[in-house]
Order: sequence, then structure tokens, then C-alpha cells
Amino acid sequence: MKKLKKIQGKALPLMLNNIDTDQIMPGKYLVWITNQGYDQVLFENLRYNPDGSINQNFPLNNPEYQGAKILISGNGFGSGSSREHAVWALMQYGFQAVIAPSFHDIFKNNAASNGLLLISLEQNLVEHLADMVSKSPKTEFVIDIPKQEIEINNQNWHSFEISPFLKEKFLNGLDDVNYVLSKEKAIQKWEELHD
Amino acid sequence: MKPLTIFEKIWNNHVVEAVSGQPTLLYIDLHYVIEVTSPQALASLKQRDVKVRRPDKTFAVCDHAIPTLGLTEPFAYHPANIQVRELRKNASHYGFKLFDIGTKNHGIIHVIGPETGLTQPGKTIVCGDSHTATHGAFGAYAFGIGTSEIAMVFASQTILQEKPKTMEIRSIGTLPKGVTAKDLILEIIFRNGINGGKGYIFEYTGEVIEKMTMEERMTVCNMSIEAGAKAGIIAPDQATFKYIKNRLYAPKGKAFNQAVKKWSQLSTDPGAKYDNELIINTAEMEPRITYGTNPGMSVRISEKIPKATLFNTQDEQKAFLTALNYMQFHEDQKLEGLKIQNVFIGSCTNNRLSDLRAAAAIIQNHHLAKNVKGIIVPGSVQIKKQAEAEGMAEIFIRAGFEWRHPGCSTCLAMNNETMPTNEYTIGTFNRNYANRQGKNAKILLASPIMAAAAAITGEVYDVRKLL
Repeated sequence: MKKLKKIQGKALPLMLNNIDTDQIMPGKYLVWITNQGYDQVLFENLRYNPDGSINQNFPLNNPEYQGAKILISGNGFGSGSSREHAVWALMQYGFQAVIAPSFHDIFKNNAASNGLLLISLEQNLVEHLADMVSKSPKTEFVIDIPKQEIEINNQNWHSFEISPFLKEKFLNGLDDVNYVLSKEKAIQKWEELHD
Repeated sequence: MKPLTIFEKIWNNHVVEAVSGQPTLLYIDLHYVIEVTSPQALASLKQRDVKVRRPDKTFAVCDHAIPTLGLTEPFAYHPANIQVRELRKNASHYGFKLFDIGTKNHGIIHVIGPETGLTQPGKTIVCGDSHTATHGAFGAYAFGIGTSEIAMVFASQTILQEKPKTMEIRSIGTLPKGVTAKDLILEIIFRNGINGGKGYIFEYTGEVIEKMTMEERMTVCNMSIEAGAKAGIIAPDQATFKYIKNRLYAPKGKAFNQAVKKWSQLSTDPGAKYDNELIINTAEMEPRITYGTNPGMSVRISEKIPKATLFNTQDEQKAFLTALNYMQFHEDQKLEGLKIQNVFIGSCTNNRLSDLRAAAAIIQNHHLAKNVKGIIVPGSVQIKKQAEAEGMAEIFIRAGFEWRHPGCSTCLAMNNETMPTNEYTIGTFNRNYANRQGKNAKILLASPIMAAAAAITGEVYDVRKLL
């Protein structure tokens, strides 16, 4: 994954609870065997009306939010299927962070593997943010990972939690597979004892 | 010694490296692989010029993308051919076992894992599929993972994981007539909410679980993820050992007895502490059915859909009404008597022999109600054969059902097998998300016998009246 220190840009409000990974990336695209191209199908069933026309009420289709790097969403984000494609779709569309009251476990790990920053904040804070960007879509955010601080229009707004391990992973762009491969000796030792 | 839960015992046995403040490096005993989530992981290995570290602990099957209507290749749905070809190529290149289509042990991974005796107590098991929780029924720590995690396991046979908290879910009493394992897990998801299990592993305990068959236990564990828990676990007992004995990959002879001795120690010690608990008194339970767009939105068959005012926050009320709008239901509506157009009996939750037998007992000597379409998808080739030998297939076919080949089929609907737009389907699926099984497909989750009752009556029907 790429190194990430700072996320700077606009935020898009999608205040629905329990957005499952089927909604983020519909199952019919699971037939693809590479990890590219999923931005095209992100939130497909919400982005388009059943007749295929663009759903103008869906925030992703609102020109004011074009280029947003932060997604603000409801409680229980990323439930259901383990498909990492959901994370690829969000990132390929341009999102670098999701702010929500809570996230589901498999989705969390998938996000960490790819460098999508998940920030859990209390429900009222998330609602406050969503209100703010609904009224002023141009609101500028800076998420400073080393300082663990969210800035809004150049003012410190709120801090956020991130584990030291994950923080280091983001700042140095650590790769999971290389990390576990570096543990070969310990793995061999475990196998000698147990296998 | 500090008393431990079964989960803690398995976890401790598999720690390769634990550093405070970091996720634990955990050894994986068994890696189940499917055609959908593995190609990208193996491409990543290829890029790094890394081999699959333990092909002997890696077992693959094609179950998600493949058709269940005809198995002649090439499949009419072309993308499935590509995924199948890719997995065959990878299995032969990296040297891991593939239970190929058309061979005797083919089926859905969460059905054939136990069926072949690979799934055993005390093992850590992963698969790039969220219903991997199923294998917890055998006292294994089993959970679904994403593609990057799959790559980790392929490369190192280990995975980085945060240790989950534990929740005991104790079911006491006896399941009333017509109330099944599916109803119990729907009740648990309803009580916990679909977010209540986040960060936890569920341990299912209590006399109701102890009396269950292995197939019923698999149904319960399978849907742990629907309450947000990556894994569910049940301590192994005589029923577990009996199930495993003599299966293809089970230890044989003396080795089996030694294994049973070891497995018998896998239970939660008296006095061990859970982080949370939920007690379910099953005496008052009824068959359940979902009315919404997630598995937590269910009611007892005699109940009506709730009113929005039941929900505390504006957000929850909004989500509830959005779901009702999708389903074309209204508040305070009774579901019993609702006309349905399709019935699906299948999925890794409910397509084992006992599920089919229970459905066949209801359907026998009946025909699908007028204007109802019925699909039955057995979980494996073995189950299909046995159901045919027992005459069940004939009962289903004579009733007007499609009797298909094993696979995930419309339960995830990633190929062209979908449920029709704007029609109601009562199914034994594990999920009922908006648009999952087909554009505007309206899905009601229920047990195999509730689905069977709907099939012959053409409506949501209280199966207890037929028993």
C-alpha cells in the first residue's frame, strides 16, 4: 500500500445506516479477476435508478461533491460479504477515508490492508459533520494522520483514534504480505512445535 | 490456572507472535479457497515471486460463480468459465487440492469442508467468504477474510488478527414444534441487532445447542456474521466426533481415538469469563420471517411488521421505512397470508440433507401453488445423490421444483441466476439485502419448512398448521 500522511479535500455525506458491501459493490461484478475498474460500479444500485438513468438525488451524482476524498456515513458501515472489492471500489473512486459511527470487522481489515482510513466518531459528531457538508459542500477537510487530528477550514475540529500499529502502517506504507513473510523464523518454529 | 473459553484455548494454541499493541500473528491450519476471491490474491503472490507456503493445508472449490442449472462446459455465462479456468490453473501451478466440478466431493465449500472431514475441532480455518463462520459448529475458530488476507495466508500460512472479544449466547429450554435452527439464529440476530456482534466471537451454549445435530449447529454458526460476529463456535461433543468419524480426511483408527481425546479438552472451563452474554429462552419462540432488507429485521410468524415509532432514533426510523419501501410493505402489516411468487431452498445455511428432508416431508403429495416458481439447490454432490436415492428429488420434481446442481446460485446471484424483479421470494438464504438476489428482488428469509409451506400454499404460511 501507498504511504499516507495527510488527506486533504472535500467530504461527501451518505447518511444511511448499515451500508453492506453488496450495496458498495454489487455481487455481479465479483466475476472480474483483477482488482481494477470497480470505481465504475461503486454504489451502482444507489447511483442509478432501476431504469438505468442517473439518480440525481444520490450524493455521488451531485456535482458539488465531485472529487470528494472523505465519505461520511451511518452506523454499521461495511457489513456482510467479505469482498475486498468494496474497498477497492471506494478507493478507486477517490475516497481515502470513511468517517462513520462504526464499521464491520472484515471490512475494517480489508480497509487496513489497502490503506483506506476508517475513522469512528460518536453518532452526534458524524451527524454534525454530515449536516455541515450538506449545507456547505465546499467545506475543506484535512485529516492529519501523525497528529490524529481532523481540521475543518483550517481549524482543528476533532481528534481521532488509530492504533499505533495501523498508524505506522499508513505512514510507512507497510505491506501485509512482506510483513508476514518477514516472520518466517517464528512461523517455522511454530510449525516445529505444533505440526 | 486461569479458566479459559474454548476460543481462548484455540487462539493461544495458534499464536505465532504476539506483540503488545499490535495485531497477533496467528497460524492457520486450514485455508479454504474459492474461485471468486482467490485470483487477485494469487496474482499478488506471482508478482512477488512467492509460492503458496503450505499447499497441503489449502483446499479449493468452485461454488460461487458456477451455474447450478447445467454443468456442461463452457458455461453459457461466460465470466464463470474464466474464474473456473483460473482456479484450475492456480491449483495445478501451486499444487493445492481442487474439488473440481463434476467430481464426487464437489459442493459449496461450507458444506464439503465438514463433509470431507477436513473441518475438525481446534483448527483455525479461513476462507475468502464471510460464511466461513459455519465451521465453528465443529469447535473450530473459523472466519471470513478479504483478498489481501488471503494473500497473507497463501504466502505465510499466518494472518494478522486483532483478538476478538467473546460473547456467550446461551439457549435454554426446548425448541417448540416448527421452530428450527434457522429460527433460533434469526432470533439471535434480531435480539443482538446486525451490529451487536461486531468485535466478538459468539460461543453458542445451552441445552438447545447441545441437543442439536451437527447440521443444525452449522445453520446457527453460519449466520453469526449476520449479527456482525466474524465467527461463532460450539464446543465439540460426541455428536461432533461421531459426525467426523470415517470421513475422507478424518484421522483413522488409533489416530482418531487420540484426536478425540485431544478434542474433548476443547470446551470452556467452568468459571471462564466472557466479555458479554445473551440468554435466549426458546420456550416462547415461533417460526420467524424477515420483512426488511437485513437479516435483523424479522418477526415471529404471528406478529405484524412493527411501527416506525418502535425505533428510538430518527436514523433507525429512516432505515426502517426505506427497507419497507423497498419491500413494498407498510407498518403494522401482517405477513401471514402474503402472496409469494418464488421459493428458494438452498444456500450454505440450509441445503444439507436434514434441510431437504424436512422440506420434502411438507411438500410430499403436494404441488407448487399456482403461479409459484420453486428452486432447490442441494449443498453438494453427495447430498444431491443421497436425496435422489431417498426419493426426495422425485418429490420435489413432481411438485414442480427445479432440482439443481450444488452451488451458491441466487443466494449471492453473482452470475445470471437471479430472483425476479419486484417479486416476493421466500428463501432459506442467509441475506436479504436490497438488490442482492436481483434488481428489486424482494426476499423473505425463513427456515426450510417455512419455505416449503409457502411453496405449496402460495403465501407466507405458518408451517405449524401443517405439522
